[in-house]
Amino acid sequence: MVEVPAGKDIWRWGGEAHLPVRGDLRARLRPYRVVLASRARSQTAYRANFALDLVSSLLAAVVELAEIWVLFHAVTRLGGLEFQQMLLVFGLADLAFSLADLTFGHCDELSDYLRAGTLDVFYLRPQPLLLQLVTCDISLRRLARASVGVGALGAGLAVNDIAWGASSVALVVVALVSGVAMFAALFVWAAGAQFFLIDGAEMTNAVTYGGRYAATQPASVWSRPVRAVFGFAVPMAFTGFLPTLRLLGLPGPAWFPTWLGWCGPLAALWVWGMALLSWRWGVRHYRSGGG
Amino acid sequence: MSTIIETVGLTRRFTVREGLRRRVLTAVDELSVRIEPGEAVGYIGANGAGKSTTIKMLTGILVPTSGTVTTCGLRPVADRRRIARQVGVVFGQRSQLWWDLPLRESFRILAAIHALPGDVERARTAELVERLDMAEFLTVPVRQLSLGQRMRAEIAAALLHAPRLIILDEPTIGLDVLSKQRLREFLVEQRRSHGTTLLLTTHDMGDVERLCDRVLVIDHGRLVYDGDLAGLARASGAERVLAVVLAEPTPDLTDIPGARHLASEIRGLRQRLAFDAQASTAAQVFAAVAQRAEVLDFTVEEPDIEDVVRRIYARGPQYHL
Repeated sequence: MVEVPAGKDIWRWGGEAHLPVRGDLRARLRPYRVVLASRARSQTAYRANFALDLVSSLLAAVVELAEIWVLFHAVTRLGGLEFQQMLLVFGLADLAFSLADLTFGHCDELSDYLRAGTLDVFYLRPQPLLLQLVTCDISLRRLARASVGVGALGAGLAVNDIAWGASSVALVVVALVSGVAMFAALFVWAAGAQFFLIDGAEMTNAVTYGGRYAATQPASVWSRPVRAVFGFAVPMAFTGFLPTLRLLGLPGPAWFPTWLGWCGPLAALWVWGMALLSWRWGVRHYRSGGG
Repeated sequence: MSTIIETVGLTRRFTVREGLRRRVLTAVDELSVRIEPGEAVGYIGANGAGKSTTIKMLTGILVPTSGTVTTCGLRPVADRRRIARQVGVVFGQRSQLWWDLPLRESFRILAAIHALPGDVERARTAELVERLDMAEFLTVPVRQLSLGQRMRAEIAAALLHAPRLIILDEPTIGLDVLSKQRLREFLVEQRRSHGTTLLLTTHDMGDVERLCDRVLVIDHGRLVYDGDLAGLARASGAERVLAVVLAEPTPDLTDIPGARHLASEIRGLRQRLAFDAQASTAAQVFAAVAQRAEVLDFTVEEPDIEDVVRRIYARGPQYHL
């Protein structure tokens, strides 16, 4: 018979004495950290396999960048931007998307989780549902994709004529952070929507991946309805295009004054608001509807 | 200690769409039950009778349409996270484990999720590994485990944080006889040594017979029986069977008062007589048989529980206790 050590009697039910205290953030984050570490280990356990994953992810990203390069063989400017300026738009937006995809990308597979009953299992664990969903997986192969974003951004920053100073550095950081937040929110929004939609992944992909595609384009080529949708409703222009305008001091097209380049955080708040509403509605629907 | 589960008038309706028409389906209907600490309760009923819906309401996955429910003295939806620390659940069809990792890793992660201190984690894991005989496959990835091994692992996963209430949904489904036996022994022992409360849904009447001292039968969302197993047999009017071995070939014993001749074998050397458990006793029937023929041996067969439940169901949903 194995005895549970005295003084740490977990059989004193309801007693939460063994739980970390509120201020102890490190201990409180441990459950998430352990899960994420195990996901990372299992993905890298088979080196050859993981290398292959990385390569295929890298190729997909390179092809997307090459599309733009090919396009600039036919034209010299796209929506008023030259190739090296487009590199900045692509770099900012694609890096933000890749980082969000790395950490939040699995959220838009919620319909699979629902089918497998994984969500019911989350209900049986003492952590908030959304935090469990976000931290239940991580896709390390998307690091390869992010490296293309880093490359494009680095090249864009190097080849363009930028008046470097504290404010331009801050602008890049703010744009990147709010870009990651926006795409992350889109994935959470998609998860919430999939509580309602049967086979919802296809519909929400239109917004998440459509959003990513829009984000790497200059908003000046969009028609009015598209400007309304990806300029403001799902404000993808704030991830790459607008910060680029601001950074290079270029004049903006109609509806997009240059100073909007600083407004990424506002756009991110707006998208997160929608995401959390969507998640709340989704969970309420699930709780009252059953799986 | 206070009541572990209490439901009052617990009701859950679903709206089902059939083309354009909507139909309201009552999955759980005015369920009122109290379960005290340390009880072992079998919750039985046909598919779709409302068992899973009840469990989901107990754990906060589903919101009741009306009525109240408390689990461990807490409200499941509002206090879901606190309840999760005190309740362990095994859903027969959904896994708590990480499929691509060695089993040992799953236990380690779950211990972190429940914030078990290191020494408690080690002791509890060792206890479960020993009792459920899991040492030989601790390092095997979960997806490679056999069904019986996986079910044991699922149960260990649900029990790791030492819950005071264990809810098992079809825990022995698909297991071979030996695995079932082992699992039942383990649950009996956990209950005895830790005072754990057990709520079990099952199709396997052996589970109920071996594990439970109280039975709830649910039909079309309604509680149609609440009591012990013997009482269930009596209430249903199910028949017991007296099987006798006689000294010499005897004509069929069709005229025993209070008993019904079922079958004869070997020219009437072996005969089986059914009798109503409430109307007659085995002794009365035996005495009547002994007057007609010399009896060498006899056994009394208790009613098959599936038959008992079928009979309760046959009375229709309007049947009340």
